Amino acid sequence: MHIVIIFLQVLITILAVSTGFAYLTLFERRMLARFQNRVGPNRAGPWGIFQPLADAVKLFFKEDIIPSAADKGVYLLAPALAVIPALIIWAVIPMGCWNIAGDYQACFAAPGADGAGFYNILQIADVNIGVLYLMAVTSIGVYGITLAGWASNSKYSMLGGIRSAAQLISYELALGTAILGAVMMADTLSTREMVFRQAGLWFAVPQFLAFVVFLISATAELVRTPFDLVEAEQELTCGYNTEYGSMKFALFFMSEYVKMIALSAIGVTLFLGGWHFPGLKLLGEVVSGAAGAGVATVVVGIVSLLSFLLKVLVLLFLLVWLRASWPRVRYDMLMSIGWKWLLPLAFINVVVTAVVVGLAPEMNPLVQGIILLIIGVAVLWGATFLSEKQRSNLKVAAKAAVAPTGGRQ
Amino acid sequence: MELVLFLVTAAIALVGAVAMLVSRNAVHSALFLLLNFGAIAVLFLLLRAPFLFAIQVSVYAGAIMVLFLFVVMLLGAERAEDGRDELFWQTPLALLLGVVLLVEAVMIAVRGGGRETGADTAPVPITGAETFGAPEEIGRVLFTRYLLPFEVAGIILLVAIVGVVVLSRRAMAAEEA
Repeated sequence: MHIVIIFLQVLITILAVSTGFAYLTLFERRMLARFQNRVGPNRAGPWGIFQPLADAVKLFFKEDIIPSAADKGVYLLAPALAVIPALIIWAVIPMGCWNIAGDYQACFAAPGADGAGFYNILQIADVNIGVLYLMAVTSIGVYGITLAGWASNSKYSMLGGIRSAAQLISYELALGTAILGAVMMADTLSTREMVFRQAGLWFAVPQFLAFVVFLISATAELVRTPFDLVEAEQELTCGYNTEYGSMKFALFFMSEYVKMIALSAIGVTLFLGGWHFPGLKLLGEVVSGAAGAGVATVVVGIVSLLSFLLKVLVLLFLLVWLRASWPRVRYDMLMSIGWKWLLPLAFINVVVTAVVVGLAPEMNPLVQGIILLIIGVAVLWGATFLSEKQRSNLKVAAKAAVAPTGGRQ
Repeated sequence: MELVLFLVTAAIALVGAVAMLVSRNAVHSALFLLLNFGAIAVLFLLLRAPFLFAIQVSVYAGAIMVLFLFVVMLLGAERAEDGRDELFWQTPLALLLGVVLLVEAVMIAVRGGGRETGADTAPVPITGAETFGAPEEIGRVLFTRYLLPFEVAGIILLVAIVGVVVLSRRAMAAEEA
């Protein structure tokens, strides 16, 4: 029975995520079109809702090629290695709270005490190292891209693969250190408990600095604009997947978008309160009073899932917005942002969090949150100020270097 | 059930290790080593130590092997060079050391490690399946019982980091001069 439930959970999650991927491409194309004052794909069905279907059919019927100079085994393995991490990462993310082993109140109770009366079907695996699992799976995501670049045996692919490896390794550090701040606040590595600790105040407030670092490095981990040098069209044709076609290309495409949803979901779980929504507990009480605890459990389950999805959608919109608004950064800028700005900022956040939480562990969470928020904003402001100053210094230096040859003394 | 899982995983780990050694292509070797690391991570999971599983995956598979692959790809050194390599004496030495290690492992498995000396080498007793290998437990042990080895490892890593910085600075200075 237990195995059957888990199997169904996994199956439904994978199907839902794949469908989510298909419609995310449509969402992105429509939104980008709006940002650029166009209409976007709207021919296939009402509002273009059959567009992903048409794309899939097109990709299916493309010719399936294996380049003759490619390392065949690795070439075929790479798309699978890209998709698998993007899918298995969903195992520990609590996508809501639908307790089928008891009533809804267990969702709002502290985890740990109730072993038997709690079975949340909206989270596949509730392990005590959920956050570490997320980090581990994100860190193996780089293999698919890197190996695709190497196995294709072409210059463009190779350069794209090397670039991606360098970029992902660099930004993983900042990402992990940013997450560490949230872990220190919650005092746990379990994703379920992480969400429980955010019932009062979302970690985006006390961990504002970490949240900003997380968003930037997540964008870089996803190799999306402005950090998409891996597939810079002008330089590398298409980057690591230049030599891939048909469904193998579709797998790379899919892994990119599924990762995008997954990292948004991680952001929601760690910083935006997971499936919590103000008034959700009250709703459960009201429904329970009016129609019984069984109905309340179902209602809380569905509303928490919707609230989770809404938050994920907000982050996804943010990512699309970023893509519409920013030009690509230069390669040296990419490295300096990751190593010289984001990583130190994340470290400062860890130190500040440790000091504030360690000095006064019994402090009112709201007061603590406000103190941390003020420090975080101040640090961010300082970093912006410093980077502006550095940039103007560079400009002065560049002018001074040019002046003698320019002939204007 | 558990035994079957163990046997399958152990077989995969062994195949990965052997294939890593015999493969002529450095990238293939790296991938087989990755397979081996993955199988060992699953073995940790079978021991009910999910923390070690996560660390194994993120440190070995996620960081070290990525760097290996990166360097191999960057240097284009994946093809094994023709002819005998100069380190021909390494193969017999490696075999000898491997046999020594195997004998040691068998002896420990048969007789139990460090019991007659009474030294501090006996494994930490497993108090319960739930707390064994839990992050809190490992942190506590690292900062109490194994504090010195932990600090020594930290210093060694720090020395390596400083060494990298010094060496790369020297290379940069030589380039500029």
